Amino acid sequence: MLRYLAARIGLIVPTFFGIIFLTFILIRLVPGDPVEVRLGERGIEPERHAALLRQMGLDKPLAEQFLGYVAGVLRGDLGVSFSTQQPVLREFMSLFPATIELTFCAVLLGVLIGIPAGILAGMKRGSLYDHLMMTASLTGYSMPIFWWGLLLILTFSVNLHWTPVSGRIDLSYFVDSVTGFMTIDALLSDERGAFRSAIMHLMLPTIVLATLPLAVIARMTRSAMLEVLGENYIRTARAKGLSALRVVNLHALRNALIPIVTVIGLQIGVLLGGAIITETIFSWPGIGKWLVEAIARRDYPVLQGGVLIIASLVMLVNLIVDVAYGLLNPRIRHGR
Amino acid sequence: MAALETGTTKPSSRARRESLTAETWRSLRRNRGAMSGLAIVVLLLLTAVFADIVAPHGPAEQFRDHLLQPPVWSEGGAWRFPFGTDDLGRCVLSRLIHGSRLSLLIGFLVVSFSLTCGGLLGLVAGFFGGTADLLIMRAMDILLALPSLLLALVIVAILGPGLTNAMIAVAVVFLPHFARLMRASVLSEAARDYVVASRVAGASRWRLMTDTILPNCVAPLIVQTTLSFSAAILDAAALGFLGLGAQPPTPEWGTMLASALSFLQAAPWVVTLPGCAILITVLAFNLLGDGLRDALDPKLKR
Amino acid sequence: MPLLEIRNLTVEFPTDDGTFRAVDGLDLDLDRGEVLGIVGESGSGKSVTMLALMGLLPWPARVRADRMSFDGIDLRNLRASRRQRIMGKDIAMVFQEPMTSLNPCFSVGFQLVEALKTHEGGARIALRRRAVELLEKVGVPDPERRIHAFPHQLSGGMCQRVMIAMAIACRPRLLIADEPTTALDVTIQAEILGLLAELQREQGMAMVLITHDMGVVAEAVDRVMVMYASQPFELQTTRALFECPRHPYTAALLEALPERNRGKRRLSVIPGTVPGLADRPSGCIFSPRCQFVDARCRDVPPSLVGLNAGQVRCHHPLSEQPR
Repeated sequence: MLRYLAARIGLIVPTFFGIIFLTFILIRLVPGDPVEVRLGERGIEPERHAALLRQMGLDKPLAEQFLGYVAGVLRGDLGVSFSTQQPVLREFMSLFPATIELTFCAVLLGVLIGIPAGILAGMKRGSLYDHLMMTASLTGYSMPIFWWGLLLILTFSVNLHWTPVSGRIDLSYFVDSVTGFMTIDALLSDERGAFRSAIMHLMLPTIVLATLPLAVIARMTRSAMLEVLGENYIRTARAKGLSALRVVNLHALRNALIPIVTVIGLQIGVLLGGAIITETIFSWPGIGKWLVEAIARRDYPVLQGGVLIIASLVMLVNLIVDVAYGLLNPRIRHGR
Repeated sequence: MAALETGTTKPSSRARRESLTAETWRSLRRNRGAMSGLAIVVLLLLTAVFADIVAPHGPAEQFRDHLLQPPVWSEGGAWRFPFGTDDLGRCVLSRLIHGSRLSLLIGFLVVSFSLTCGGLLGLVAGFFGGTADLLIMRAMDILLALPSLLLALVIVAILGPGLTNAMIAVAVVFLPHFARLMRASVLSEAARDYVVASRVAGASRWRLMTDTILPNCVAPLIVQTTLSFSAAILDAAALGFLGLGAQPPTPEWGTMLASALSFLQAAPWVVTLPGCAILITVLAFNLLGDGLRDALDPKLKR
Repeated sequence: MPLLEIRNLTVEFPTDDGTFRAVDGLDLDLDRGEVLGIVGESGSGKSVTMLALMGLLPWPARVRADRMSFDGIDLRNLRASRRQRIMGKDIAMVFQEPMTSLNPCFSVGFQLVEALKTHEGGARIALRRRAVELLEKVGVPDPERRIHAFPHQLSGGMCQRVMIAMAIACRPRLLIADEPTTALDVTIQAEILGLLAELQREQGMAMVLITHDMGVVAEAVDRVMVMYASQPFELQTTRALFECPRHPYTAALLEALPERNRGKRRLSVIPGTVPGLADRPSGCIFSPRCQFVDARCRDVPPSLVGLNAGQVRCHHPLSEQPR
């Protein structure tokens, strides 16, 4: 297990430095004057330009600039947003809980519905339910989620008035930010109805963001179950006289879980991508909306820092998934 | 050695390939989902080709007396504009029909680019191994570490918004998938007996690659291509929706949707119909791709 | 009343090219403590017969029988809960591929204890102790330690011993061993067969040994059923079968045994191949390959007829002279 883990980490380190390099190059690929690109200003007078060039170290050789950048990244210095003049990392940390809250709920929804739905379809292969589930999941998989979000808003917010249109909580509530997670903060606050409001705000974005992972998890669970149910050890389990429930939920699922967990881990990238769109539609103050706005404002330090952090997070999640995979798979857990 | 070469049958021979195609088709025809997907794709293709004839109006033609006219099935609609008009009095149906051209073109260009470049990278990595393999696959890992939409956004942010740049962005996003797939198929094919046999028999590297390995990697690539087609259309539409893809007045479906957002309440059809078009197109390609996978890969057939 | 009674068992699988009949009109009686061998080529329906009995056939299979009972209990259309109480307890099965027949995600001990707990229950410590005893009994060395092992840490032979331990855990009255040694090394094969024979004698259970190896049959079983392309061709005591086979197919099988070919320059073989779904003859299913074939064989399918202690499905059974 340790050797397996070491190999995984060994793969990640060069990728991490590759990402740092990529973000370093990124800002240099933007056409235009480097100082202007970094400051987001136009028409800087020549003397100030020269001074800034030196101040920002852009007159040094590229290799030296890169080392300086790497050192900064490792210290946690990701530059300063030129639209807010705030350090990028601090801005990220203040917005990140909102994204985590949304993403976590979406994963939860995807897992809680996707896995049972997939198991059932795998068990009842060829049945009406199986066909319906497969059709629904393929539709979910093909869904343009920006449109799906708008449809839900149109139906539930605009026409039925069941859910609010945007934001994280009703403006009439004043909830102190303790954890950054609105639902938890609302519970902690004394405001009555704040929690309910937070949940109602969370509902539609969660459904929209969960659609794609839900479809993928359900399909994957089904095919993993079908694969496992055909294995010899399932026949053995049935020959032992175990109940169908035990055969499926213990013997089959335990094995099917190995690929399912991998797929759930892969969804994190999909989710963070989906969060960009979902947050934009629902005006959810998270990382996705932040990045889209940064692009619109040409706030390159934000984009650079945001990309770096998100890529690192994705790699971290992948590492965790690899560990989970190792723990679930006795062949890896108990070495060779 | 010559005996070895003739003795080990090469499954890429013409006869096998033909029977494979026939069998794939037979299996595909039994798959109702795949057939409906194929039907829709063909229909879309015809629509796109004959857009000028099929569409009742020009995509940019404005009818100032008919702003936001509802579609024919709701009150106030008329057959003149079956899907209604948008805020500038343009016929939604005509714009959708012309949009199908764009979507299919986007899918085609993006997938051809990723397939060619990614496939080539994977082929080189898998066939030559060593440093080339290491460098290429590490680079692909870096691209894969970024959520695909974020990567596309970053590329568009650097290159500037626009349909061409959006297509380049999406194409780059798909590169690693093709490269990985190609590399994996090359590696698994290269380990097969017939490839080893022809290598022992002294076939040149180039011949080995083009004659024996490449034809046998086709099946997974076809599936990946079809599925990427739908993903490309979806991603390009998403970029359009975020205002980073095709710019108005281009009748790209995602862009149409975005520019009609302020009328969501007053004229929902301007928003819902382009979305329907995207969903149906993407669904059709996915149905076809799924069917092809089942037909081409007996291992996955259930 | 025999322990196991099967009358006219038919198993069919729907395929794209029509219905495939895997077992066709099979009759079988098995007494308590008796050991029966079922011999036949791969695909002749031996395994399918026993899987049908256990209710373990995969989904599209269709099983029909006039009678299929174990100890007086009708096994056809048995309720799932009732069946689960019999399977693993009164009837147990050992499979062909030991490496894949154990669940890779659970330890050997867990899977053994599970078998015991399902049918007999009891305290955890007692169950564990019995699991260790069972492993010891089937010849797993160092059972105290091996009980924590996962299947991938064991060899094929060890896995098969574990499978056997699991099968005999609840002292079944019928043990079905489906080619238990096919996937194993030759040296291990004899050990496993010896173990099965020993356990059978000791516990007095009935046993069905499925194999395609005539040599195994000669050593291990009381009676033999020979199957060919879904049909039972001959049923005799082992001794009678080897001394005077009544069916031309059986005779040809015995002819092909290496030890009967000593001194000959070529091994004798049966010409032709087993008929598939498309070229199944209308008469006797062996007629295209039979050296005694006549017009009647080609048109009229023979039925199983009793001859002394045995049964044979042939219009022209071979004479009873010992060879």
